[in-house]
Amino acid sequence: MLTRIRAALAGSVKEPPPPVWLDPDPPDANAAAMFAQALTELGGQVHEAANLAEARAILEPLLAGRRVIASSAPLVRACGIESQYSRGACADAEIGVTSADFAIANTGTLVFLTEPRLISLLPPRHIAVIDRAKILLSLDALFSRVPQPAALSSSMVLATGPSRTADIEMRLVRGVHGPGEIIVVIVADVTAS
Amino acid sequence: MPLTQIQKALDDPRLQKAVYSATGRLADGRRKTVADLPEYQKLRQHAHDIKQHTLEHLDTYLEELERSVIARGGKVIWANTAAEACDFVTNLARDRGVKLVVKSKSMTTEEIHLNHHLERHGIDAVETDLGEYIIQLSGETPYHIIAPALHKTREQVAEVLHAAPNATPEALTAIARATLRKKFLDAGIGITGANFLVADSGAIVLVENEGNARLSSSAPRIHIAISGIEKVIPRAQDLAVFLKLLARSATGQALSVYTSFLSGPRRPGETDGPEEFCLVLLDHGRTSVLADREKRQSLYCIRCGACLNHCPVYRKIGGYSYPWVYSGPIGKILTPQFAETLEKEGADLHASWLPFASSLCGACGEVCPVKIEIPKILLELRQESPKKREEKLAMRLFSWIMRHPRVYEQFRWVRKMRKLPSAGPLKAWLSERDLPELPARSFREEWKRRK
Amino acid sequence: MHRVSIFVTCLVDQVFPRVGLAMTEVLERAGCQVEFREAQTCCGQPAFNSGFQDDARHVARHFLDVFKGAEYIVVPSGSCASMISHHYADLFEGHHESRVWEFSQFLTDVLKIDDVGARLDRVVTYHDSCHSLRELGIRDAPRRLLSNVRDLRLVEMDAAQECCGFGGTFSVKFPEISGAMARTKIDSMLRTGADTVVSIDSSCLMQLQGALSRAGSNLRTMHLAEVLACR
Repeated sequence: MLTRIRAALAGSVKEPPPPVWLDPDPPDANAAAMFAQALTELGGQVHEAANLAEARAILEPLLAGRRVIASSAPLVRACGIESQYSRGACADAEIGVTSADFAIANTGTLVFLTEPRLISLLPPRHIAVIDRAKILLSLDALFSRVPQPAALSSSMVLATGPSRTADIEMRLVRGVHGPGEIIVVIVADVTAS
Repeated sequence: MPLTQIQKALDDPRLQKAVYSATGRLADGRRKTVADLPEYQKLRQHAHDIKQHTLEHLDTYLEELERSVIARGGKVIWANTAAEACDFVTNLARDRGVKLVVKSKSMTTEEIHLNHHLERHGIDAVETDLGEYIIQLSGETPYHIIAPALHKTREQVAEVLHAAPNATPEALTAIARATLRKKFLDAGIGITGANFLVADSGAIVLVENEGNARLSSSAPRIHIAISGIEKVIPRAQDLAVFLKLLARSATGQALSVYTSFLSGPRRPGETDGPEEFCLVLLDHGRTSVLADREKRQSLYCIRCGACLNHCPVYRKIGGYSYPWVYSGPIGKILTPQFAETLEKEGADLHASWLPFASSLCGACGEVCPVKIEIPKILLELRQESPKKREEKLAMRLFSWIMRHPRVYEQFRWVRKMRKLPSAGPLKAWLSERDLPELPARSFREEWKRRK
Repeated sequence: MHRVSIFVTCLVDQVFPRVGLAMTEVLERAGCQVEFREAQTCCGQPAFNSGFQDDARHVARHFLDVFKGAEYIVVPSGSCASMISHHYADLFEGHHESRVWEFSQFLTDVLKIDDVGARLDRVVTYHDSCHSLRELGIRDAPRRLLSNVRDLRLVEMDAAQECCGFGGTFSVKFPEISGAMARTKIDSMLRTGADTVVSIDSSCLMQLQGALSRAGSNLRTMHLAEVLACR
């Protein structure tokens, strides 16, 4: 195949690629507020917690009495949420709890690099506890910060709002395969008191 | 024959309404979100330039891609033909004892008729994109690149899902979700396409809204991605430009719900993910298109569907009027260029009318996020098309008359005839509209009188 | 005083001469000296769009011979104007054409006028012809000119920028699609309550008028030049 390709391209001049285009961050933007607005517009729920104690207070009623599967992200552990990972548990769970390695403010996106794939995917409700300092302003900021996702993990997922489809008569339906409910808890101060 | 299919579409008022309004909504969505990008024109030029550069150095980038995929623990298969790609998948499935395969939406796998091939070898291949699942159950092919079941009513969907005829889209979706969930977890292989192949990372990028691509690539033990060779881009950082353009152009979202950047099987220490990853690089006629300098840009396509949504012809005749898996303006320029490859496989295409079924309005080229000059390529295909003898003679006559003004002026005798015999083009015109009243004098005759 | 050479187009010459006459009137009223070179015929677009480059080239060469030395060539058609100004470069290596102006563009961009003192008591909706819009970038000029016509009310249709379905030989090679496209435009026009549709391309107007008349509609078609010539 490569021989055919080279023949097809015979006579092409070797040139360097166009430069990478990444926009710089806009000045003075409130990342958390932008994120909350963007995700809320997509049907997600966003809570802001000043510290871990507040975060725990928000999470407890959401998780009480539910089948929960959680990742072992430090921030999730710090909120006192633990569970044993198994495929079966993921498939059975009502709620999956993870953190996020980053978030993108202007689109309301969660970025998973070091989180397990299925926890934020199989259960119908997904709760993400994130560090406010990890909220980046734009997609460009993400790719500036993470120029090579493959170096960090086999899977980087950008998740923007609840799973959706409009395949039946163009009617919007949430929660097709991925979670239909997204709840994000933004923690301002992630240090343990 | 295309004409019967076209007439069928035009005569179906419900279908007309469904196609026109669905494409209209997608177009409106695009317009609104593109307005949020003040540098939209520069971005699409940049995307065009990256694609141009990549394709002009395709050999180098594919080699880099292969090295990177292998470095991340994946395998690369070079499939020259559809048969080679299909055989690889079935052989791997047989080898691993896999009887059930889940698939996420991939036009490339439609191209190579993968499902049919798998089924012939006793392997159950289940489409998991809701629209694709629905049409698989009804034995049809995708109607639109983004909305495969655009032509179906909810009652028709309820029928294939064996649900109550008045079930809501929500209820129907829930039924499909429950059935497919089991398939994801039981399947031995997940097959996806790829929106982008990233050379410097050894990664594929999957863009979707439902979550079935994530599940197909994460739940089964083996993940196979099948992609045309033209999908490669040089660097992970180039995704910032392409991702900004893709979802906006396709559905009017700033970003699709899920964008997965997958590089190889799961790594030591990772909790889940496939144990094996194979990337099938498909030629299937692409190298022939690559060889044509002028029309090579047809391969820049990132499959957003914007051209379909803005094409006044597509919006009337719908996806099934096109002979191949790619419909709309992009289908019009790709199909003739792939015709030779497809005919060698025994396909019976009837594609010669495609480049002419356009009013050359230019709406497609205007919205293409990678600036493919679709109207220009249509003109070129028209030029290269074999012409009927009568048309050649008519054009020769036309050009002769137009170079001889005194002869041209004799048209006034035709005008004076008033009643013209209804044949050929005239008959075609009259089938849909009336003729204008011919004036007593031409402009030049009026001009002479003024003096 | 601008010396203007008009290229009326074969369609206007033979089928819609009043468009050429109206355009001449408007240009003369605006102070131009208008000449009509009688050896003119066609721009070659029908051959070009059907894939007959050689035949198109012969016709184009005739055009260039006829208009040698002209400073301003004004055309009452966006598609013919763009054929000459954009596509002659595809026919003749290294050719660059900068003398050709579509009529409304000539008024607003060269003569720098957007009020020609016209008067017409009608409710008008404007159809953006494809070549004018997408190849020549003409969108605001005709609307400005129309909005300055006294007693004229301008209303926009949703499908203003959708193709009318003419497309040259497309209209007779695929008449059923062409007709369906025209009917979509007509539905959109009727929803505006306008009594007249205006365009800067006679080919579009011929297509729309043909479909309107077949549908038994009272909606009239007028070329922009005809509107601007009204007093």
